[in-house]
Amino acid sequence: MNVQELQAVARQVRRDIIIMTNKAGAGHPGGSLSCTEALVALYFDVMQGVDPKDDKNPNRDRFVLSKGHAAPALYGTLCERGFFGREEFDGFRQLHGILQGHPDTKKCPGVDASTGSLGQGISIAVGMALGAKHTGNPCHVYTMIGDGESDEGLVWEASMAAAHYKLDNLTVIFDYNGMQIDGTNEQVMSLGDVRAKFAAFGYDIVEVADGNDMQQVLDALHTPACPGKPRLVFLHTLKGKGVSFMEGQVGWHGKAPNAEQAAQALKELEG
Amino acid sequence: MSNTIHLTPTGEKESTRVAYGKALVQLGGENDRVVVLDADLAAATMTNAFRSAYPERHYDCGIAEADMVDIAAGMSTMGLIPFCSTFAVFAGRCYDQIRNGVCYPHFNVKFGFSHAGITLGEDGGSHQAIEDLALMRVLPGMTIFAPTDANETLQCVRAAAEIDGPVFIRTARLPSPVYEPHAFEVGKGYVVKDGADCVIFTTGIMLEHTLEAVKALGEKGVDAALVTFPTIKPFDEEITRAYAKKCGRVFVVEEHSVIGGLGDAVASCLCGSGSFVFEKIGINDCFGQSGKPADLLREYGLSGAQIAERILQAK
Repeated sequence: MNVQELQAVARQVRRDIIIMTNKAGAGHPGGSLSCTEALVALYFDVMQGVDPKDDKNPNRDRFVLSKGHAAPALYGTLCERGFFGREEFDGFRQLHGILQGHPDTKKCPGVDASTGSLGQGISIAVGMALGAKHTGNPCHVYTMIGDGESDEGLVWEASMAAAHYKLDNLTVIFDYNGMQIDGTNEQVMSLGDVRAKFAAFGYDIVEVADGNDMQQVLDALHTPACPGKPRLVFLHTLKGKGVSFMEGQVGWHGKAPNAEQAAQALKELEG
Repeated sequence: MSNTIHLTPTGEKESTRVAYGKALVQLGGENDRVVVLDADLAAATMTNAFRSAYPERHYDCGIAEADMVDIAAGMSTMGLIPFCSTFAVFAGRCYDQIRNGVCYPHFNVKFGFSHAGITLGEDGGSHQAIEDLALMRVLPGMTIFAPTDANETLQCVRAAAEIDGPVFIRTARLPSPVYEPHAFEVGKGYVVKDGADCVIFTTGIMLEHTLEAVKALGEKGVDAALVTFPTIKPFDEEITRAYAKKCGRVFVVEEHSVIGGLGDAVASCLCGSGSFVFEKIGINDCFGQSGKPADLLREYGLSGAQIAERILQAK
């Protein structure tokens, strides 16, 4: 796929996010919309061995959505990639649905780890990368963490281990939209010079000025690995990206659009 | 009964944590998918023997138990069988990781958590796990072992590697009598001594002290049955009901809080099954403290003589 086609997929995934959260009357659109380009880039271009017909292929690249509340973005991406049909959107957050409120590896095809308890996904991804090295598996492990999530000490414990074990088969994608549930990062818990902190922990850092620009995201994710170092792709993103009334609004972290708002959002997201 | 075991003392004493370390070395030789993770306690959890034997299969995670558990979760998805080793008291510290990182997706991770109970001794109440069984029992899909001696520990470790899913193995620091190898099957309780007047249900290294109690009771003319549970979950309800009904007087002895441990497993099982004299003999909803293990057992009423006396006094 070329960049324009990938952008079109991202636009459709954004529509999926709106459709799912509106139908369920719940979910996290803000942080889903901020990370959409990265997920589409991963599943449609970057990750090797992604195959909806063989989602347990042992040598496939892995992805762990550590910020598990952005599940609608992952579900939209997996659906567009062919892991399940759009009819599953009806079951998002519903009884017996495969699309649980947070990703569930036992229920949803294509989901490599169950996440939602923040901080854990990155640590699980470190374990996957370490396990891959141990077993000689050539796969690469990707994980996406949130900025608010980085309040969790486990993010830093995992980062220490990633550097210690020289996990150059691990890429951590940092979705820096600057907002969390109760307010901005600055209001809730200042992250300080978070790039410097990740660098000090031993990551090779690739910074992306606009993490919602598909070409920039692709370039970053395709940057050759730095031998002996885990990679951190630092995405400057916009919370609620693509929907005018959600952009940059803390209030849309965990609130679903009503019918009227969804209609407006879908109109804005038309191709 | 098929679930009766005859315990023959070897005359040796060895702690179940030492046995755990040796068992891992043995298992490591049998199964190259086994990896061992530590949180800077290899010298205490006795996994340093495994580290010496298989250095390429030992991973230290630093003093970061939560990270250790989720790293193990990730490693298990690559076809490995990780054994996480630390102190039982830290089960609380990495509980969310055990719950959401391992049990919720039913990943194939094992927890060899040592130094459980008050017999940890001198390190004191901050380090004496009296709640770990309660924490683990409520997790769906978790198998829980609390071996009695060295040979049983080896069987538990072997069984853990065979089970596809999370397994918790509770071991102790205090050396306890080693018996000749005896029957062990996952999910079974075993009759150590048959009896008619009352039954004592116990687990882990409290077997030694309940055996003393049984002897003391015998000298007073009370014929006590003794049943030990190397597996806490899945729980052997059949033998529990059978012996409660047979003996009518039920006493549960454990080095754990009376809330949430073996005592509550027995209580849940018997509830609605009849009318019994029933007492839970354990740590009575309080924390431990520093002291020598034998002194601590006496302080909390868990010496053989005190257990016997409590049973004799029970109405």
